[in-house]
Amino acid sequence: MKVLMFGWEFPPHISGGLGTASYGLTKGFVEQGDVEIKFCIPKPYGDEDNSFLRIVGMNSVPIVWKDVDSSYVESRVGKIIRPDEYYHYRNHVYGDFSYMNTNDLGCMEFAGGYPQNLHEEINNYSIIAGVVARAEEFDIIHSHDWLTYPAGIHAKQVSGKKLVVHVHATDFDRSRGNVNPTVYAIEKNGMDHADHIVCVSELTRRTVIEKYHQHPDKVSTLHNAVTPLSQDILDIEPKKIPNEKLVTFLGRITMQKGPEYFVEAAAMVLRKTRNIRFCMAGSGDMMNDMIKLVAQRGIADRFHFPGFMRGRQVYECLKASDVYIMPSVSEPFGISPLEAMQCDVPTIISKQSGCAEILDKCIKTDYWDINAMADAIYSICNNESLYEYLKVEGRREVDNITWEKVALKLRNLYEKVMA
Amino acid sequence: MKTICFYFEIHQLRQLKRYRFFDIGSDHYYYDDYANESAVTEVAEKSYVPALTALLEMIKEGEGAFKVALSVSGVGLEMLELYAPQVIELLKEINKTGCCEFLSEPYSHGLSSLASPAVFAEEVKRMNRKIKELFGQKPKVLRNSGLIYSDEIGEMAASMGFKGMLSEGAKHILAWKSPHFLYNCSTAPGLKLLLRDYKLSDDISLRFSNPDWDEYPLFAETYVDWIATLPKDEQIVNIFMNLTAFGIAQPLSSNILEFLKAIPVLAKERGITFSTPSEIVEKHKSVGPLEVPYPLSWMDEERDASSWLGNTLQREAFDKLYSVAERVSLSDDKKLKQDWDYLQAADNFRFMTTKQNGIIPERCIYESPYDAFTNYMNILGDFMARVRAQYPEDIDNEELGALKQVIENQEVEIVQLEAEIESLKAKAATKAKRSAKKEE
Repeated sequence: MKVLMFGWEFPPHISGGLGTASYGLTKGFVEQGDVEIKFCIPKPYGDEDNSFLRIVGMNSVPIVWKDVDSSYVESRVGKIIRPDEYYHYRNHVYGDFSYMNTNDLGCMEFAGGYPQNLHEEINNYSIIAGVVARAEEFDIIHSHDWLTYPAGIHAKQVSGKKLVVHVHATDFDRSRGNVNPTVYAIEKNGMDHADHIVCVSELTRRTVIEKYHQHPDKVSTLHNAVTPLSQDILDIEPKKIPNEKLVTFLGRITMQKGPEYFVEAAAMVLRKTRNIRFCMAGSGDMMNDMIKLVAQRGIADRFHFPGFMRGRQVYECLKASDVYIMPSVSEPFGISPLEAMQCDVPTIISKQSGCAEILDKCIKTDYWDINAMADAIYSICNNESLYEYLKVEGRREVDNITWEKVALKLRNLYEKVMA
Repeated sequence: MKTICFYFEIHQLRQLKRYRFFDIGSDHYYYDDYANESAVTEVAEKSYVPALTALLEMIKEGEGAFKVALSVSGVGLEMLELYAPQVIELLKEINKTGCCEFLSEPYSHGLSSLASPAVFAEEVKRMNRKIKELFGQKPKVLRNSGLIYSDEIGEMAASMGFKGMLSEGAKHILAWKSPHFLYNCSTAPGLKLLLRDYKLSDDISLRFSNPDWDEYPLFAETYVDWIATLPKDEQIVNIFMNLTAFGIAQPLSSNILEFLKAIPVLAKERGITFSTPSEIVEKHKSVGPLEVPYPLSWMDEERDASSWLGNTLQREAFDKLYSVAERVSLSDDKKLKQDWDYLQAADNFRFMTTKQNGIIPERCIYESPYDAFTNYMNILGDFMARVRAQYPEDIDNEELGALKQVIENQEVEIVQLEAEIESLKAKAATKAKRSAKKEE
């Protein structure tokens, strides 16, 4: 089975759960054997894991015919694409895009990530998708998140193949209800054109049905999973402060993640006991407000903001923690608690998180219920048995949530859609 | 001749309220009065009153032929006294017929038999006193909370003077043996064991109104025929269940009470009698000892203590609770002792179960086992602080006992000395009077 996937990020250059999920899902899928995946991203860096799928860098696919020789292509974008592939794509240029802002290879540049001119980049991405769809052979199209829906629709129209869109988040999650009409329009359009919609949780599925008016039969749930930790991460020695407990929040400090509830719960805990420290790792638009709030509550001596973390730092921080907390107001799935559980950290999550649907060996509270949250933190820090239980059983539970199982479900879904 | 032994359990726990850790040290009241009142009122109305009324009717119609055994936990009695005294009146009326035996059990409906022989003995004695006080009976047969039994517990029961104990006819203990005989404790042969026939008991308490069950609808004729057609030498049929089987587990609309009422009449036709546990213990001989090295109970598929003490959370809560047992027994703070009873109730531990056996466990106000554990540990934290306030931690139990003895001895001495002073004063006064008279 050949799948053409459109994505926006891919490890190691990721800014959120989308990249992690894309990686895990494709890797699990390829392990079935007879699967070939072409994964398009706007701007590969060349250090992506190419071993099990083909990464297509959209910034090196020409949309304007340029007469360049092989060694020049090699020297310019050789890290990302082979010259013969470049020529193959060049043979499928389908219109006159010379009015667009293209470079010496006839390609469009991408800033990568989520820049100011995101909407322009989304549009460019979908123009290039037209070339890719004409040049490649595939059985089904899979678009990850709204950024790539236009590309998916385009590819569907060019090739006549079925389109599956994967909803990793909706704008309702990101904005606590104040949706951006442009984003909503792109999302809805993608879902309307899709032959099937895959959501990362039942929670998201309900949003898609209710807010995007999709027929329930067309929408299914496919929970995320986690990739097993590599040995060098498993080997990280946990750095624990003696006689102190560390409670960690790790994620973007934005409205969606409910950071203020964490601060309030921390303030309640600290009124009763002093040997607990709190850590809010990450950055985001609410970071300064949170620092102010912490100061107002008078707990700044026990509440720390180490800033944005990546790669190994994340795991070092998790391993040093005694409690992981994710008080998200609205979380389509939320892979981070699963990663914390992999690191043997007892976890508290909000009931409004998609991952709450598949996790049992963790504490679930409402995101607004700071009393329950504070109680749970206190309980884990003070009762060794609860700590041990959640640590051991949580690890066991999360070790059973694998991408292979998820990919198997996806396979069945594809077959149903294609039939 | 076959005989049926009916036994029903009455117990209501005192439900704990939502108690956050910041209440520790400031709030010493642990109960949700509203939840307790509504729960007990509901159970009384839907189950206890109609079921006990039916039993009373059956006894009266049977003219001495129908007999039944009941047990009410001490905590349950307190709850009934508070919120449903009509149930106690009914119990007294049933008691007057002379066809009802009351069994003893640990007062708190707790797991003290697995933690502390001293606490267990104290609780059972207290329960005996309470039964004597209310019903004028001296219990001869013991049933432990959840029908928990082991050789060790059997020994304790025997040493307290009990003639028999109820337990579960669990497959892993009986193997090829039948529960329809009387057995005895392997380490204390004087203590006889009545084992529950879980198939016949659960047919009523679990399956009666289930339309998916093969035997549905179950008629009393069929049921009594099952008993009548048992092999000839299997004479004792022990049917034990919670009284809430009637009206709560099985709704009254399923006509379960009519089913129950039909049993004595049909049994009589087939020559089957009814006996109370102590009658069985008296009249029948044990067929042999039963070895039970590990606790056995009537709970869950495993029939062991795992629904209360199966995971580390439950065990920590249990260990912490009983770590202050001795101190509580030394204390004579009434409020503290009452809380001690309520906190011991086995239900509190069952709410923390993490078993995944397809049955969704009843968790009261709690959303998850962790929630139940956290709430309980918060309350226990406050309770233990109160115990510590009375008896500081740095003094060990023995020393504490000795000090307490000294104080008690001194008190006795003071009383004696005071009496002496009084008498001396009186003597002196009479002397003074006499001398005054003489002077006159």
